[in-house]
Amino acid sequence: MKDIVRAALTIIFVCIALFFVNDLLDKNSGKAGSDTVTIYNWGEYIDPDLIAQFEDESGYRVVYETFDSNEAMMTKIEQGGTSYDIAVPSEYAIEKMKEHDLLLPIDHSKIPNLKNIDPYFLDLSFDPKNEFSIPYFWGTVGIVFNPSLLDGQTFDSWDALWDPSLKGQVLLVDSAREVIGMGLNSLGYSLNSTNEKELQEASEKLNKLTPNVKAIIGDEVTQLMVNQEAAVALTWSGQAADMMWENEELDYSVPEEGSNLWFDNMVIPKTAANIEGAHAFINFMLDAEVAAQNADYVGYSIPNAAAVELMDEEVTSDERFYPTEETRDNLEVYNNLGLEMLGVYNELFLKFKMGTN
Amino acid sequence: MQTKNTKTFYLIPYFAWIILFVIAPIALIAYYSLFDLSGNFTFDNYKNFFTSIYLKLTLSSFWYAFLITLFSLLVAYPTAYLLTKTKHKQLWLLLIIIPSWINLLLKTYAFIGIFGLYGPINAFLNVFGFGETQILFTDFSFIFVSVYIFIPFMILPIFNALDKLNPSLIDASRDLGASSWTTFSKVIFPLTTNGVKAGIQAVFIPSLSLFMITRLIAGNKVITLGTAIEQQFLVTQNWGMGSTIAVFLIIFMVIVMIITGQRDKGANTNGKN
Repeated sequence: MKDIVRAALTIIFVCIALFFVNDLLDKNSGKAGSDTVTIYNWGEYIDPDLIAQFEDESGYRVVYETFDSNEAMMTKIEQGGTSYDIAVPSEYAIEKMKEHDLLLPIDHSKIPNLKNIDPYFLDLSFDPKNEFSIPYFWGTVGIVFNPSLLDGQTFDSWDALWDPSLKGQVLLVDSAREVIGMGLNSLGYSLNSTNEKELQEASEKLNKLTPNVKAIIGDEVTQLMVNQEAAVALTWSGQAADMMWENEELDYSVPEEGSNLWFDNMVIPKTAANIEGAHAFINFMLDAEVAAQNADYVGYSIPNAAAVELMDEEVTSDERFYPTEETRDNLEVYNNLGLEMLGVYNELFLKFKMGTN
Repeated sequence: MQTKNTKTFYLIPYFAWIILFVIAPIALIAYYSLFDLSGNFTFDNYKNFFTSIYLKLTLSSFWYAFLITLFSLLVAYPTAYLLTKTKHKQLWLLLIIIPSWINLLLKTYAFIGIFGLYGPINAFLNVFGFGETQILFTDFSFIFVSVYIFIPFMILPIFNALDKLNPSLIDASRDLGASSWTTFSKVIFPLTTNGVKAGIQAVFIPSLSLFMITRLIAGNKVITLGTAIEQQFLVTQNWGMGSTIAVFLIIFMVIVMIITGQRDKGANTNGKN
């Protein structure tokens, strides 16, 4: 009995001590308040020097946290808990967050640098008049490939993926919208299609791709492509840029039939504790020089026209990552299809995965 | 009177735990499974489950869980037997258990490197003149890694059962002229079936719903009910369907537990004396 009491007391004491230390650490790192700005962003999606610069210039302290999927981010914001001042969701997630009333309107008068943004990226269907969101980065979905492992195939068309010579060489992202969208695009349909017949056709076409599929995975694609484990992968442009940075042999192509055009945007979630600071941060990120430096570091395409002018010509004239407006017209933004339809996409994707073995 | 009071007092944490973390979650899952996306009461989710795709998924989950359990058992039984014969058996046992303290994801990621086209296994095969072999993202790599991860849970109960086995029974069997094989099949194995059953439970049930390994090691070419549940909750946000699959998974688990249940309780106590 004495031993049990002693053990229990020890555990309680250790808990209190840990709690105290944790509290101390929290205070030092400055958890949420009027002099801090809490930013919730994707991993590897900002130049850390810029955070320091923002802290110096504005006097706010930055608390920086990262997420790895729109869904995880939304769940955390919905539950409250941490008072995030800034989050960076993708376009379809913004539509959902608007539906769930999770966003605060953005006061454009506090963001003079908004003039730097290319008008092409403003007033888009997912957020008319940019009431709730300001563009951060954008990009496409396409095919990254390693010419040294192939014999001369090019990927101007999605159909090139179906080539029998690519047996067991193709990596796909583990995401229903991207894979089903690719199937639809390859047939010339819209990747937002809700037509049952078109979806069925796309699903049948995808089933024929199975012998070529090496794996359907997540972020591990980057490492596998860099290490030359696979020759071809379906991926996002920014991830492709990362891979090409590490392995210069890789190349990226957006097939002509069309593909997805996506936008990540800064928003102020309902949980924000420092709305002033959030506006200051958005304005800071839109500054031409800051945006250019950030784009250099992150490698994604930036919607900031003034920044693009400051950047290396070689990067911004690369049509693989800064496609011309003409090409962009060929691309489509994901619509929020509604949960019902998302379920249909998902079941087709599940079927496709089942068939890959 | 007093002892009765203290007894109820001690039971409080147990019941609180069972209600909060066993009964309540299962009840919630069952409750959610009865609603569709727009929150209407319906049995459609259950009807949906019996469409070809989920049935096929269930079958393939069972098939892979069966393979994982079988290979675990094939490796674990002789290992556990050898362990009981070694001098410092607790030390050897500890060495087998220690890797299970390492985070599961970390171990899984390690295998991506090991099985890679330029990994050590392929380098080894190269020495013997085999070309680059695709090991990662195959059935083999999936079963191998799963067996590796689950094997301590199979070894432990079998080891305990073998350890408790009275050695004089084996001596008696040999004295009476039984061959090694007869001794094993008529004496040792029957007296350790409880350990084997416990091991099967500990391996088969979690194997049914593996999902991280299916993606990282099998590249989603193997998919289990776990994958489907994860997608329903995280991507489709169809909690109803996700819960329905979970309900079936629970039912399957209960069936497995009943089949591998310890019906013949007498075996071990008999063996002891």
